[in-house]
Amino acid sequence: MADNKFAAYVCSGCGIGDAMKVPQLEAIAKKEGKMTIVKSHPFLCNAEGVQMIRDDVANEAVTHVCIAACSRRSKTEAFQFDGIAMSRANLREGVLWVVAAGKEHDEVRQEMAADYVRMGCAELKKMTPPAGNAKESSSKRILIVGGGMSGMTAALEVAATGYEVVLIEKTGALGGMAAQLWKRQPFKEPYAAAQETGVAEMVAKITATPLIKVHLNTTIAETSGAPGRFVVRIAQESGSISEEAVGAIVQATGFTTYDMTKLPELGGGQANVVDQAGLEALAMNAKGGAIKRADGKEIKSVVFVQCAGQRDETGTHLSYCSGHCCGTSIKQATYFKDQNPDIDTVIMYQDLRVPGMGEDFYRSAQEKGVIFTKGKASKVAGGDSCAVTFKDLILDEENTIAADLVVLATGQVPNAGVDLEAWNPVVTAAEGGDEAAKAQRVVMHGTSVLKLNYRQGPDVPQFKHGFADSHFICFPYETRRTGIYAAGPVRRPMDILQATDDATGAALKAIQAVENAAVGRAAHPRSGDLSFPKARLEGCTQCKRCTVECPFGAIDEDEKRFPVFNEERCRRCGTCMGACPVRVISFENYSCDTVGSQVKAIEIPEEDEEKPRILVLACENDAYPALDMAGLARMNYSAFVRIIPVRCLGSVNTIWITDAMNSGYDGVMMMGCKKGDDYQCHFVKGSELAHYRMSKIGDTLKQLGLEPERVQTTEVAITDNARVVKLINDYVAELDKLGPSPMKGFG
Amino acid sequence: MTTANTNAIERYRNNFLKEVEANVEEGHMVKMCMQCGVCAGSCPLGNAWEHSPQKIFMMIRAGKRDEVLGSDSMFMCTSCYNCMVRCPRQLPITHIMHGLANYAHRLGLAPKGQPTREFATLFWNNAIKKGRVNELKLTLGHYFRGGLVSGIKEAMAMQKIGLGLFLAKRLNPMEIFGGHGVKDLKGFHAIIAKAKEIEDRKKGFSA
Repeated sequence: MADNKFAAYVCSGCGIGDAMKVPQLEAIAKKEGKMTIVKSHPFLCNAEGVQMIRDDVANEAVTHVCIAACSRRSKTEAFQFDGIAMSRANLREGVLWVVAAGKEHDEVRQEMAADYVRMGCAELKKMTPPAGNAKESSSKRILIVGGGMSGMTAALEVAATGYEVVLIEKTGALGGMAAQLWKRQPFKEPYAAAQETGVAEMVAKITATPLIKVHLNTTIAETSGAPGRFVVRIAQESGSISEEAVGAIVQATGFTTYDMTKLPELGGGQANVVDQAGLEALAMNAKGGAIKRADGKEIKSVVFVQCAGQRDETGTHLSYCSGHCCGTSIKQATYFKDQNPDIDTVIMYQDLRVPGMGEDFYRSAQEKGVIFTKGKASKVAGGDSCAVTFKDLILDEENTIAADLVVLATGQVPNAGVDLEAWNPVVTAAEGGDEAAKAQRVVMHGTSVLKLNYRQGPDVPQFKHGFADSHFICFPYETRRTGIYAAGPVRRPMDILQATDDATGAALKAIQAVENAAVGRAAHPRSGDLSFPKARLEGCTQCKRCTVECPFGAIDEDEKRFPVFNEERCRRCGTCMGACPVRVISFENYSCDTVGSQVKAIEIPEEDEEKPRILVLACENDAYPALDMAGLARMNYSAFVRIIPVRCLGSVNTIWITDAMNSGYDGVMMMGCKKGDDYQCHFVKGSELAHYRMSKIGDTLKQLGLEPERVQTTEVAITDNARVVKLINDYVAELDKLGPSPMKGFG
Repeated sequence: MTTANTNAIERYRNNFLKEVEANVEEGHMVKMCMQCGVCAGSCPLGNAWEHSPQKIFMMIRAGKRDEVLGSDSMFMCTSCYNCMVRCPRQLPITHIMHGLANYAHRLGLAPKGQPTREFATLFWNNAIKKGRVNELKLTLGHYFRGGLVSGIKEAMAMQKIGLGLFLAKRLNPMEIFGGHGVKDLKGFHAIIAKAKEIEDRKKGFSA
C-alpha cells in the first residue's frame, strides 16, 4: 500500500462551480477523503484538464484517481487512464441537474455533492487497478458443432477472418437440412422464384479451406475448460477419441421437424400425407420433372396445411410459430406450378407470415396461380384421394377439399440437448443415492450435445420452448455459457437466410470471445473489464451458493466442494459476491468493501435536522442510465438520496443493507432490471436473485427493530427516466410518514 | 340458362378463378388479393352488401360460381373508389366489381329486380337511342317501372321539382315526343354496334 498515491480532481465546469462551493468539496476530499493531491479545474474533460491528471500520474506517481465531475457514464474516453484505479463522484447528473435550482436548495445540494465526494474517495481507497489475467497459451481456434447451413456459414466466416476452425458433424456429410432441400426460398433480388441451395458449393469451399478441419461422423464426448482453453474430446463413430483444444464454441446443431405422427387428426402417418421435409424428398426424386407420390401417381392437386401442430393453444403441440413454414410452403407450391401451371395448389393458412422479403415471393406465387385460402384444417383423411376438412375463416363455413397429396407444415424443434431444468433434479436425486435417477442421468447425459463437464449441467441453459437462447433483444447468439454461442434454428426458429446471418453474428462473437479470453478481458456486457472474482478460500464455508447461483456456470467445485473459479467464463456480474454469506468473494475494483465503505462514508444528519438519508443501489445497466437521463432531462428528485451504482442487483450483498441501516439511513431502495420470464436483467438472474434475497431480509430488519418498508426492491427499464424520479420521490414521501430511522445516532 | 353461361361452365369446369380471369375486367388481379379485409372495412356501404369485396374474392377462389354471379353485392358499389385507394395490394377493386356485375348481367345470372341494375339498363337503353339522355323519358320510365298506379304516385310526389325545373327552363315537356339527338345518329348507332361487337368478341360472347 505504500506505493499507492491518491488524488482527487473536482471539476467546476458545466455549472458545477456556480451551484456548488468547489473549495469546500476540495477540502472534504483532502481532509475526510485523505487524498494526497486535490485539484480543481474549470473544464476537467478538455485536453488541458486531462493533461493535468496525466502529468500527476507521470510526475507524482499517482496510482488512484477520484474524478468528481459528471456521471461515470460520461466522458469515458477523456477519463481513461490505463493501470490507474479510478472512481467517479457524480456531481453533474447526480446533483447539479437533479436538485431543484435556487438558493433555498443550496444547502441540500452542497451536502449531496459533499457526500458524493466522500463516497468517491472512500471507494477509491478500497480499489486496486485490475491487472487482468492474460494467458500465453490461450487457444484462438473455434469449434463449430453442426455442419448444416449455419455451421458451414460460421466455419467459412471464421476462416475468412483468419482463425482456425474445427467443424464437427454428426452425420457422414456436410449440408444438414439444407442438403435435403430441392431448392431454397429466394434470398436475392427479385425474390420471385426458389433458388438453388448452394450447399455443394459451400461444401467444396470448406474442403478447399485449409483453416477448416472437418470431422464427419463424430459427436462430442466431453467439453471441459473455459473460453480460450476449452478441451473437446471428439468421439468418432468407431469409438476412437481425439482431442481438440479450442477457444470458443459455436453451437449450430439446428432442428428436427416436429413429428407428424403426433398429429393423427391431420392425417400424420397416413398415405399421401407428408410433412414439408417429405415433400422435399419427393421433389428431389422428381429432379424438376412432374412430382409423383410415393405410390408413383403423378400429383395433380395438392393442399398445404399451415401451422400443423404449431401455434397450438391447447398445450399439446408446439405453441410457437416456426417462421419459415409459410415461405417454405409457398416455395413448394411453386415447385408444382413451375412444372405444370394446371396443378391445383392450395395453401391453407390462418395468418400468412413471410418475414424479410417473403412478401415479394408470396406475390410471385399468387401470380403463378397458387391459391391461398384462409382457413383452419380440422381433419385430414389420407389415402388415394385425400380430403381436407376445414373452416373457411373468411366465408365462415365448413368446407372440404380433395387433393392427391396433403403437405403438413410442421414446425422446428431445436436440437438443444439436455434441458437443465429437468437435469438438475435428476442430479440431486442421483447424488442422494437414488438408483433410478442414476440411470436416468446416464440416459439424459447421452442426449447432451456439448457434454460440458460444468457443475451446472452438460448443455447450455434453454430459454423459451427449449431453444438455446439467452436474450432475444439484448444478446443475440449469446448463450448463458460464456464463449459458447448458438446460431441458427437451435437458437430460435428461422429460415436459411436468417440462419446464415445468425451464423455470421455468432462467428464474430466467438472471435471476440477468444480474443478477450487471451488478454483476460470480460465479454459482453462488461466488455473489456479486466477484473475477475477472487475468493479467500480459507474463509469459505463450502455453502455452494456461488456455484449454484452463478448465471453463467462459471464456478465449478473441487473434490472438497470449494468453489473453482473459471474467470474466462465469468461475465463479472458479481452475483457470486452478492451470494456469499461470509463475503470472501471480491473483485479488485468492486467488492463488499468498495461499496460498503461508500455506504459508511456519508454524513448522516441528526434526527432533528429532518433530513433523511436514503441509499439507492442502482443497477449500472438500466437503472443508473435512467437516473442519468432523468438528470439530462432536468427532472428533479429528492436531494436526500445517495445513489451507488452496482454491477447488477445480483451483486448486492445483504451486508450493505445491514451496514446502511446500522449507520442510520432511513431507507434503502434497490433498482434492478425486469425479472421473470421476460427478464431484462443483463446477467439473466441477478435481479431475480436480489428480489429473492431481499424477501428474506425482513427478519434481519426486525432484529434491528426496523420496519420492513425501509428496504424496497424495484424493477426499472432504461427508458424509465420519468418513472425513477417518481419512484424516488414517492419512496421519500413514504419514509417521511414512517418517521426517521430509530438507528440514527448509533452508527 | 343462357348458351353463353353453359359454354362458360363447360370450358372452365370448376375452376371459376380462371373463368373470372378470362372474362372479367381486371379479373386477373383477383388472385393477388391477400385477404387483409381493408376493402371490406373501407366500404361506406359495407353494411348494405351481402358479400364484401374480400368475401367475393375468396368465393371466386373457392369456386363458388353461382353465389358470386348471383350476388347483388357488385351492384351495390357506388364507385367511391375508397377500397381501391386503400388496397395494399393495389387491386382495382371498383373495376373488378363492375366487371363482375357486367359479366353476371351478360350471363343472365344477375339477380332479377335489382334496382341498380334495372336503372342502369334503363339509362343505357335511353342513352343509346338518340346519343343523348332524354331526362324526361328517363325519369318517367323510372317512375313507372312498377306499373301505372305506383308510377302516378311517384310522379305526383315529384311534381313540385318538375315544375321548378320547367320554370327554370331545365325541363322541356316537348321532349316526350322523340326528343333531340346527336347530329349523326346513324353514325352513332354504328359506333355503338361496333363497340358491342368488339367487346362481345373479347369476352367470348360473339358465338
